[in-house]
Amino acid sequence: MRLEQLTEGDSHSQVVVHDLTRTQLVMYAGASGDFNPLHTDEVYATQVAGYDKVIAHGQLTMGLTAKVVTGWVDEADLSAFGVRFKNQVWPGDTLTVSATVTSVTKGPHGPEAELAFSTTNQDGVEVVSGYARLREAWAVEDR
Amino acid sequence: MSFSFPVEAGAVLMFARALGDLDPRWYDEESPAAQAHGGVLAPPTFVASAAHFDPDWPYRPRPGTPWHGSGRGPGFPPPASGSGTSLHAEQHYEYHRPIRPGDVLTVDREPGKRWEKQSARAGTLRFEEEITRFTNQRGELVVTAIRVRVVTERPVEG
Repeated sequence: MRLEQLTEGDSHSQVVVHDLTRTQLVMYAGASGDFNPLHTDEVYATQVAGYDKVIAHGQLTMGLTAKVVTGWVDEADLSAFGVRFKNQVWPGDTLTVSATVTSVTKGPHGPEAELAFSTTNQDGVEVVSGYARLREAWAVEDR
Repeated sequence: MSFSFPVEAGAVLMFARALGDLDPRWYDEESPAAQAHGGVLAPPTFVASAAHFDPDWPYRPRPGTPWHGSGRGPGFPPPASGSGTSLHAEQHYEYHRPIRPGDVLTVDREPGKRWEKQSARAGTLRFEEEITRFTNQRGELVVTAIRVRVVTERPVEG
């Protein structure tokens, strides 16, 4: 789908992670630099922090959520992206993002679209809600 | 506070892999996917990895400094949060210019608003906003990030 083909009310949903593993949390800790043991150290998370398991980084859930945009709209880039973290994400979770176009406007660089989205787990519990604004893709002269 | 954040191609690739995102737009300059965006871009949340270069980032073990994660023992609570937990409540990004491997960003961070709320589950919730601006080597503002953290009085289950 191209940005100019989007119309208000269009929607798309995508599974962005299936059976989230603790190994992926370790990968994200290494890549992001967030080594908070709450996310990767089950001994600490259960015995010190008082959780049932390690919990996923909120930023990981946000990064996974962003995949719905690249998986849906070609040749567009984000001009804004924001989320509210609603519930914890745990190892074993499968997350699905549902995105809906809330508005399409003409911006200085061509069409722009506003999306609202909701990321839910396998039990239908919302873990993240948020919005994104799309603009025409960056070009080679945008270095 | 201010520090320098070099955007390295390998770091961008590893970040995309950690998201389970193998789209060549994040690592293969010659791919049609990258060409459609004027070349390889960093994924939208890549700026989170500025933590690696933040001299004050608390969630990185340092040699000679006690680390609160488990070793022989189970670890201990981080000094800042007491018996509760520091959680990420909201995150917002505004993208002004693209970020590409080879860029060197200057990261400027300042505190924003602060407020408190009462919660039946978690006691007093202390919210803190932090505003981070990323400027590239040409002096262009590329990303503005607003992070909202909440520190709970007691642990909260999801």
